[in-house]
Amino acid sequence: MSTSTEIAVLGAGMHPWGKWGRDFVEYGLVATRAALADAGLSRRDIQYVVGADTIRNGYPGFVAGATFAQALGWSGARVASCYAACASGAQAIDIARARILAGLCDVALMVGADAAPKGFFKPVGGDRPNDPDWLRFRLLGATNPMYFALYARRRMAVHGATLDDFAAVKVKNARHGLANPNARYRKEVTAEDVQASAVVADPLRLLDICATSDGGAAVVVSSLDFARAHGVPDPVRISAVSTVTPTFPKTVIDLPDFATDSTMTVPEPQRPFRSAIAHAAYEEAGVGPEDLSLAEVYDLSTALELDWYEDIGLCPEGDAEHLLRSGATALGGRLPVNPSGGLASFGEAVPAQAIAQVCELTWQLRGEAEGRQVKNPRVGIAVTQGLFGHGSAIIATR
Amino acid sequence: MGRLVRRPAVDGWFTTDPVRLVGTRCTSCGTPYFPRNELACRNPACTGPKDGSELEEHPLSARGRIWSYAGNRYRPPPPHVAEEPFRPYAIAAVELEEERIVVLGQVVPGIGVDDLAVGMEVELTVGTLYADDEAEYLIWQWRPVNGASGASP
Repeated sequence: MSTSTEIAVLGAGMHPWGKWGRDFVEYGLVATRAALADAGLSRRDIQYVVGADTIRNGYPGFVAGATFAQALGWSGARVASCYAACASGAQAIDIARARILAGLCDVALMVGADAAPKGFFKPVGGDRPNDPDWLRFRLLGATNPMYFALYARRRMAVHGATLDDFAAVKVKNARHGLANPNARYRKEVTAEDVQASAVVADPLRLLDICATSDGGAAVVVSSLDFARAHGVPDPVRISAVSTVTPTFPKTVIDLPDFATDSTMTVPEPQRPFRSAIAHAAYEEAGVGPEDLSLAEVYDLSTALELDWYEDIGLCPEGDAEHLLRSGATALGGRLPVNPSGGLASFGEAVPAQAIAQVCELTWQLRGEAEGRQVKNPRVGIAVTQGLFGHGSAIIATR
Repeated sequence: MGRLVRRPAVDGWFTTDPVRLVGTRCTSCGTPYFPRNELACRNPACTGPKDGSELEEHPLSARGRIWSYAGNRYRPPPPHVAEEPFRPYAIAAVELEEERIVVLGQVVPGIGVDDLAVGMEVELTVGTLYADDEAEYLIWQWRPVNGASGASP
């Protein structure tokens, strides 16, 4: 395994997900304090602060790096703010990693936090008739769950997925989240509960679709040399961060698209977008799906978790339902997926989510995931579909 | 009250007579685009000038087969404007055979998810998105071709 692209995770911290009604900066600060304490470092040790932006909290959200740096007390550290939709947190980690691997800094802090409004995500305000995100609401009324529903229905038609399979994903993830102190929903859910919940975007029901949440997550990362000098010779390592774009022609309609690219003149790429994101991470880390001990996947809907099984290579295309039904992806199974409880138990706090996934990989690989610990994990992957052509895959090892 | 003016809810994306979606097409490599792409051909293998001069207006086929579909049960948030009271409707992603492109659209009122199937043949039409004091705003919609039934994908 290559060591040239590895960095150490020294600290992980979160503010619990929920609907707390407070400012996103507070969630980010609580997460940061926890991550610093976990790393055994102080604010003054941080040389680089990267904030994952939120677009729903005004100007401070657009410059999240500086917002968190100010709240922590200006220290003269270098700073960056970045936005990549659901992949924002992964992109924050990627640019800090690049700076560390280039030798430009030793230790960096990444923070993402959000305070989410109630109900469907909608475009930010103002009339913007050239913005496809504004137009898809205006002309189609195509909310995010409607896109998830299109994928779900396609899966039912092509691979024979059933509503019972979708419910089984929710039941599994709800059970995983029971013991997670940072999860918003910590309650058993039965298949009957899912079936009894309202249809929102047919065929998906309310309990098939992830909620929007408040939450904050932070990680402290460093060079392996810094970790060793800091007394951590065997840290959890991030060995790959993939943020590849799709390859033309992109053949799946991602929100906010009105249409796919045409395959009339150029054949479909060998790997569709989500699969390509994971593949690039495997190549970079020098591992494959067969090496995985666990996976955190972006279950925006229950049905989408099944798509991910195939995209990250846990099974051949069309076999995800079998893999789920076999119990392999539940805690205690061969390859637990979303041991944290996933978005099903958290809801989505967009810029915090990819960082929260890395927190979970870190705690799992250290053996500290109390009540939801995967047995003897060595390699974990965390993936997001950032949409709009952004997405991410992160591989962590121990 | 007089008859309202009928006008497209978006300019330049479709025509009403005949009913066609209007995109663009690269004259160098032949790749079609919808919604209209006037900036530059996006095919990396295309050897055209890629300054927009290679793109010409191109009406798309008016028929295709359903790639997938979904039912909207709740009123979407603004900037969507829907008639009162809100009536659930379906959205279909339709693959145009000739252009090999999948295009979203609302399904005509009265046709729900139970009437649709992946692989079903549909055709383009126009319907009302909303109306205000000045006009009735039109949008493209998909409707099953007469006699069409669900086919396997």
